[in-house]
Amino acid sequence: MEWLQRHMPKMVLAPSFFAVLLFVYGFIAWTAYVSFTRSRLLPKYEIEGVIQYERLFESPRWEVAITNLAIFGILFIGIAMILGLLLAILLDQKIRTEGALRTIYLYPMALSFIVTGTAWKWILNPGLGIEAVVKDMGWESFEFDWLTDPDMAIYTVVIAGVWQSSGFVMALFLAGLRSVDEEIIRAAMVDGVSTARIYRSIIIPSMAPIFMSALIVLSHLAIKSFDLVIALTGGGPGYATDLPATYMYAMAFSRGDLGQAASSATVMMMVVVAIIVPYLYSELRTRRD
Amino acid sequence: MTDTSTQRTGDFKNALLRAGLYAMLILFALYYLMPLFVMLVTSLKSLDEIRTGSLLGLPRDVDFSAWGKAWSGACTGVQCEGLRPYFWNSVLIAVPAVLISTFLGAMNGYVISQWHFKGSNMIFALLLFGCFIPFQVILLPMAIMLGKMKIAGTISGLIFVHVIYGLGFTTLFFRNYYITIPVELVKAAKVDGAGFFRIFWSIFVPLSAPIVVVTVIWQFTQIWNDFLFGVSFSQAGTQPITVALNNIVNSTTGVKEYNVDMAAAIIAALPTLLVYVVAGKYFIRGLTAGSVKG
Repeated sequence: MEWLQRHMPKMVLAPSFFAVLLFVYGFIAWTAYVSFTRSRLLPKYEIEGVIQYERLFESPRWEVAITNLAIFGILFIGIAMILGLLLAILLDQKIRTEGALRTIYLYPMALSFIVTGTAWKWILNPGLGIEAVVKDMGWESFEFDWLTDPDMAIYTVVIAGVWQSSGFVMALFLAGLRSVDEEIIRAAMVDGVSTARIYRSIIIPSMAPIFMSALIVLSHLAIKSFDLVIALTGGGPGYATDLPATYMYAMAFSRGDLGQAASSATVMMMVVVAIIVPYLYSELRTRRD
Repeated sequence: MTDTSTQRTGDFKNALLRAGLYAMLILFALYYLMPLFVMLVTSLKSLDEIRTGSLLGLPRDVDFSAWGKAWSGACTGVQCEGLRPYFWNSVLIAVPAVLISTFLGAMNGYVISQWHFKGSNMIFALLLFGCFIPFQVILLPMAIMLGKMKIAGTISGLIFVHVIYGLGFTTLFFRNYYITIPVELVKAAKVDGAGFFRIFWSIFVPLSAPIVVVTVIWQFTQIWNDFLFGVSFSQAGTQPITVALNNIVNSTTGVKEYNVDMAAAIIAALPTLLVYVVAGKYFIRGLTAGSVKG
C-alpha cells in the first residue's frame, strides 16, 4: 500500500509516456529508417543508402513542392504578420466595438481548412466568382483565373491561408500590446512623443517574444499545410500547387511509393526540428536565467 | 482666439482620424465576413440564379432545397446520403476522443506539476515536442499499426489516433494551469493523510472548470476540423465530415451544384462556429496558450 502510494505518480504517467515513446518517437524512427530502403508498395527493411533522397531531389514534382512551400511560406507568414499587427494596432485605439470586431476577425480560425478552401474555391471561380462581380461593375476585360493558372494557383492558397490565420496573429499581438507597461507609454506621451513614434520605438520592440511566437506558429502551419491545398486546388492544375505535405500523401496513398513518402516526410520533420528546437531551447534557457 | 481655433482644427483633425480608423476597421470586418456571406447567399439560391446572378447578390427567391440535399441527398462518390451519416461519424469520433484525451491530460498535468519525480520534466519535454511534429512522419507506421491492432478504417481507430496525438496539448494545458496551485496545498493534504487520487478529486478537480473548458474546446475544434487523419485512416462508412465535404465538392458526377456545396460547407462548420460564438473567450485562451507557453 505504502509502495503503491509512492509509485502512483509514475504509474499514472507511464501509459502516456510509453504511448508517446512508441507512437511519436518510435514511428519517427521507423519512417526515417524506411527512407533508407527501397520500399515501394510494401515496406522493405534492407538498408540501401540514400537512394530515396536522390530520387526525391531529382524529382521535378518535389522541386515544385519545395518552391511552392517557399513562396507560400514567405507570403503567408509575411502578410499574416503585417495584417495581424495592423489590425491589433488599429483595435488598440480604444475602439468602442472592439469585442464585436475581434470576434469577426478571429472566427475563421474556428473553421476547418476544408471549409475555408471550399468557400474560396467558389469565390475565386473564374467564371462565376470575383471575376464576374468585377465584370458586372463595368470592367469588361477583367480576368481573374489564378485558380486554374498553373503559375498563379499557389497565390490563391496564400489568399485563403491569410484570410484564415491573420485574425489569430491579431489576437496574439493584441495581447502583447496590452501587456506593455502603461507607465512608460504615459511618460513618453507627456514628453510629447508622437503615437507613431511610441509604437515604433517602445511598444513594438518590447513585443519581440510575441513576434517570435507568431513566427513559429505560422511557419509550423505553413509546413504542415495540407487540407487547404486539397480543398482549394487539389494540388493542381497538374501538380502546380503541390506542397511537401501533399507530395508525401500522394506518394503514400495513391502512388504506392512508400520510400518516397518516408523520405519526404523525413525532410519535413528535419525542417520542423530546425525551427522548433532552437526556439524551445532558447525559451527554456531564458526562463532559467 | 488663436488658441480656440487651433484647438478646433485639432479636434477636427482628430475626428477625421477617428472616422478613418473606424472606416478601416469596418472594411476589414467586411473582408472577413465576405466568404461567410457568400456561402450563405449561394446556399439559398437556385442553380439558375447562381449562373445568372451576382456572387454577392442576395437571393431573389430564397430556396432551402440545397440545404436538404446537402444534409441527406448529396453524393460523396457512389453513395448519395448527404452529410448526415458523416456528421454523426464526426460526433462519434470527437466526443470520446475529447473526453479521453482531456482526462488523461488532466492526470498527466497533475503529476508533472505537483508530483515531481526524477525524469518527470523529461517526460513533459518529450510530450511537448510531440505537439510540433508534422504528422506526415507518423502516417505510414500508424496505418500499419492500426491494421495490426485490427482497428484500421474504424471509428475506434480514429478515436485512438486523436487521443494519442492530442495528449501533448492537453497535458500542456493542465500542467500550465496546475503549476499555479501552490505545492503547500498538496503538502498539507498529505500531512492530513490524503492520497494521490483523493487530493486530485477533492482539491484539483473542483478548481479545474476553466481549464477543462479551454481544453475541451481546443480538442473538439482540432478533432472536428481534422482532415489528414480522417482521410488517411478511414474507409467508406467511417469518414468524418471534413472528408465527406471534400468528396461532395469534388465529386465529378452530374452538374456542379454550388448551392449544395456551400450548404454542406456551412453544415460542416456549424458545430465549431457555434462553440466559438458561445465560448469565444475560452477558444482564444486555448489558442494563445497553445502558442505562448507558460
